[in-house]
Amino acid sequence: MISEEMVRMLEIKANDIRQSIITMLVEAKSGHTAGPLGMADVFTAFYFCLLRHDPENPEWEERDLLVLSNGHICPVLYASMAHSGYFPIPELLTLRKFDSRLQGHPHREFLPALETSSGPLGSGLSQAVGMALALRLDKEKLENAKRMVYCFLGDGELNEGQNWEAMMLAGKEKLGNLIAIVDRNHIQIDGFTEDVMPLESLYEKWASFNWKVFEMHGHDFEEILSTVEQAKEIDDRPCVILSYNIPGKGVKDFENKPYWHGNPPNKEQGEMALLELQTARNIITEND
Amino acid sequence: MINQNLKLNPEIFAPDVKMVPIRQGFGEGLVEAGKQNKQVVALVADLTESAKVDAFKKEFPERFFEMGIGEQNMASVASGMAHMGKIPFIASYAMFSPGRNWEQIRTTIAYNNVPVKIAGSHAGVSVGPDGGTHQAVEDIAITRVIPNMEVICPCDAIQARKATIASAKTNKPTYIRLSREKTPLITTEDTPFEIGKAYTYWTAKDDKPKVGIIATGALLHKALKVADELSKEGIEIEVLNVITIKPLDVEAVVALAKKAGKLVTLEEHQIVGGLGGVIAETVTEHFPVKVIRVGVNDRFGQSGTSAELIEYYGMGEKDIKNAVLKLL
Repeated sequence: MISEEMVRMLEIKANDIRQSIITMLVEAKSGHTAGPLGMADVFTAFYFCLLRHDPENPEWEERDLLVLSNGHICPVLYASMAHSGYFPIPELLTLRKFDSRLQGHPHREFLPALETSSGPLGSGLSQAVGMALALRLDKEKLENAKRMVYCFLGDGELNEGQNWEAMMLAGKEKLGNLIAIVDRNHIQIDGFTEDVMPLESLYEKWASFNWKVFEMHGHDFEEILSTVEQAKEIDDRPCVILSYNIPGKGVKDFENKPYWHGNPPNKEQGEMALLELQTARNIITEND
Repeated sequence: MINQNLKLNPEIFAPDVKMVPIRQGFGEGLVEAGKQNKQVVALVADLTESAKVDAFKKEFPERFFEMGIGEQNMASVASGMAHMGKIPFIASYAMFSPGRNWEQIRTTIAYNNVPVKIAGSHAGVSVGPDGGTHQAVEDIAITRVIPNMEVICPCDAIQARKATIASAKTNKPTYIRLSREKTPLITTEDTPFEIGKAYTYWTAKDDKPKVGIIATGALLHKALKVADELSKEGIEIEVLNVITIKPLDVEAVVALAKKAGKLVTLEEHQIVGGLGGVIAETVTEHFPVKVIRVGVNDRFGQSGTSAELIEYYGMGEKDIKNAVLKLL
């Protein structure tokens, strides 16, 4: 079982990452707010607990592979990478600026520690399937048996048909080394997902493609950790975790509003958000 | 006269010249590349036999991946495999790959700069009876415009085999353009081939061509026949085979522009954005000369025999000859 200290450490990291996200977006004056805040807990769980990785050696041959398919939530990816040691935290302020390694949507040529570039939706899962197939093909490398491929996807991006091609292939190939995590936050640019293009029942759709489906609350660290550990145990088919997330999580005014999908906070909104997050952080640390 | 240094097929003008589909050469090259490097893998989208991947499948079943009819997924799966050190060849009809899956090729392959090799068969109107939906005449344009992408268009099956083997050794995303029908063997095993290099297949007497023809793909054979015919009529030209459309052998093209002063381009593709476009852009910048572009002119294909369609769309020997005569 996960210890209370571990949960508290993760809560503090997630809070720091959320504060960085707000600071980056205010400075950049453009970018996406809701998705990064909503996925901050899942990212924190991965970068500080679940992922086999070495920030000092991003090319480590035994690392897990994390593919971010919905590249527009990259502020949370960059913040998680910075806070776990891939690059200095102050560099986060260069987001979306000329000559920055932190492109508006991830570009591997600028930041080689990324596994891939992304932005145009619907292509990440296919790439993750390709990586998982390649790992399985090289089974003479014993470390490959331990390596996992994770693909983080948005729910809105499941509108793209390419995902379903990739799902069919992963199911056919019984890729036990692949885990997809869907940021099920119910919003996309034009509104709520079920109004724009109904997705439900996502559980049954993935299951019918021969995936093992899990569900979790994406803001409960114990549940995140235990769900991913259970999924890792499944080795005869790919797994998907539908992570029920609150878009904008951590800043009450930003939560569950499609407006915050694609807009950054202005300076005042940013100050308000940081104050709220700092207050929440103080409550966590007071318990120490 | 035929450039003897290149050791071309001595039977090149024989009525019974050996005919082999260019895609066949790709299939053989793929097996060879697979033997040379175990990182080579092949992905298909339900066209294994037609795209000539059946031999590779038989030889290396564990390195063969059937994607079903999903070219977009195929391109990105290949990108993921290439990221892990594989050298994936994705094979389909050019209309579907790089046609249907252009954005996946652009973003997941070329933007990432990973060595995926895209083999597009059934390019050009010579596909024949299948009709315009299946005749890719835009594929050179849409691939050459992508940064990092190399574009190769072999003139016969032997060259396609060499191009396939050579492409497996570069670290670059590459498009290899292939055609369906049997076409004459122009080259031999001994004919030199290097990615990025254009070769003069027909030289003028005293090295003083009145016109230069720059051709790509199987139509090169027609250009050589026209050169032979014109020579017999006392008109000397030079014929340059541009096998690699990108990166272009600019030096060879500009040298021919300077030498001949007038150019004809020849391709089984839209003259916009294809070889005609490439050559016009290049000489305009380096050494402007008059260029007549022979190829498909802003139209879609249709059903018919290969020969009928080549004639109908203005790429026959008569059309090539007329273009040369117009420049004299």
